[in-house]
Amino acid sequence: MIRAITRQKTEEEIDRLLDGCARVFIIGCGTCTTLTHTGGEPEVLAMSTRLSGAGKLVTGHTVVPVACDHLTGEILSDIGSSLSQADVLLIMSCAFGVQTIASQLKMMVVPALDTLFVGKETAPGEYNEICTQCGTCIIGETGGICPVTACHKGLVNGPCGGTDNGKCEIDKEKDCAWTLIYNRLKELGKLDLMRKLQKPRNCLGEPSPGKFKIRSDGWGE
Amino acid sequence: MREKRTPRTSSRLEKILAEGHLAVTSECGPPRGSDGAVLEKKGAMLKGYIDVVNVTDNQTSMTRLCSLAASIRLKQAGLEPVLQMVTRDRNRIALQSDILGAASFDINNILCLTGDHQSFGDCKTGQNVHDIDSMQLLQMVRQMRDEGLFIGGDAISRPPEMFIGAAANPFADPFEIRVPRLAKKIAAGAEFIQTQCIYNMEKFEAWMQGVRDRGLHEETYILAGVTPFKTAGMAKYMRSRVPGIDVPDELVKRMSDTPKEKQAEEGITICLETIERLKEIEGVCGFHIMAIEWEEKVPEIVQRAGLYPRPDLEAPGQEPAKVATS
Repeated sequence: MIRAITRQKTEEEIDRLLDGCARVFIIGCGTCTTLTHTGGEPEVLAMSTRLSGAGKLVTGHTVVPVACDHLTGEILSDIGSSLSQADVLLIMSCAFGVQTIASQLKMMVVPALDTLFVGKETAPGEYNEICTQCGTCIIGETGGICPVTACHKGLVNGPCGGTDNGKCEIDKEKDCAWTLIYNRLKELGKLDLMRKLQKPRNCLGEPSPGKFKIRSDGWGE
Repeated sequence: MREKRTPRTSSRLEKILAEGHLAVTSECGPPRGSDGAVLEKKGAMLKGYIDVVNVTDNQTSMTRLCSLAASIRLKQAGLEPVLQMVTRDRNRIALQSDILGAASFDINNILCLTGDHQSFGDCKTGQNVHDIDSMQLLQMVRQMRDEGLFIGGDAISRPPEMFIGAAANPFADPFEIRVPRLAKKIAAGAEFIQTQCIYNMEKFEAWMQGVRDRGLHEETYILAGVTPFKTAGMAKYMRSRVPGIDVPDELVKRMSDTPKEKQAEEGITICLETIERLKEIEGVCGFHIMAIEWEEKVPEIVQRAGLYPRPDLEAPGQEPAKVATS
């Protein structure tokens, strides 16, 4: 399962964004930010307590099941006056959820979190970015490990000179992508693949912002 | 003596290497300001003692005067520059554009690098580019020069005429991929190689053995990188804090056991011993002397290493310096 990985903004930044808004309604999300402990029930309650203590009127709070889902708008509309009387919605979901709510409710929104990456849970409580959706996938030639994502420089033709005992030169907590790829290809008996000169990336794979539509014959394009 | 090869460009470095001489290169870091006189001063110190001077491109990601302008200044001061270019800060349009700018001043050497990560420098929160990597940059410059075509396929009027180089780090891990990686850089277009600073001679010799086993020393020119220690502290720092540099404990101990006032001299002695050993290794075609913020010592190192005077390309019939053939 992929998850939006978020981190709470600093209290100073949240307070600055809420400056001039006396009445605040807080929305958490029951999916990714609940799992990452950045916008579930306990975090929403803690935010409510802090803001009340700081002199804001918290008109109400809720945790929607999936903030980025279309149904979120309907769920929130049913809440009624505690929500509609707020000056601002403080949203503790990823930016997908914030944008979904902003487009559906036409109210001022303030994100309480920064969205860091779309990640995969690789061990309990540990999330890693393994795909950056570049649009030109080369992992068929790198043993199923993406160097565009896993290498800090996004190098596609092998490691730089800074590999440090299998770790990245800039972060000893992170594995060197190319050491992982080397070990995987060695295991698979496919080291020859490392000889391949990868051409410069086609950044037109899907120009940002990406858009995708199902065709009338049912196929995606 | 090495077999002579035919130079393909009018690069002084290429001519010296093709003639079979042991080449001597050094580097000059541009200042963190706009005072070009600093470059001329550093250049004057090196002039006559080296064949070409590398001009670093915002090394360690610290913002500096650009390598292109610095190369032009050094060329105007009578030195032949090696323009270093990293892929960290510019996309393929900007890189090609700067290569043409350099070529318009007849800068005849380029070193294609990936570049240190921006988190080491003064713009830690900045975005890196890496639209292409060092391997692809090599290929791009080769295409611009040999086929006269931009990466997009259009023709270049007056293509750049550059001798094209790359860096190699024989010491980074996994060690087993370091020779194949060199082969890949050569396949991409690297005509000369400057290595990471060499302290671990056994490892370097093992790497060179692998290089010779594949005949790679005949497909490119390998310049061995050396950096003298100024102090024992520097040796310790390079051992433990600089990724990809391998300083054996015995060298650190040798520096530490030397009284403080004699450490600089000991550092030079180690550097000279290293050069002597490197001269014996078949396939080593010259030396890249990186005296970090110690450029004034380069003439002394060159002289004491028996690498002075430098070959005069104008003078006919000069015998190249002896190189190992075993």
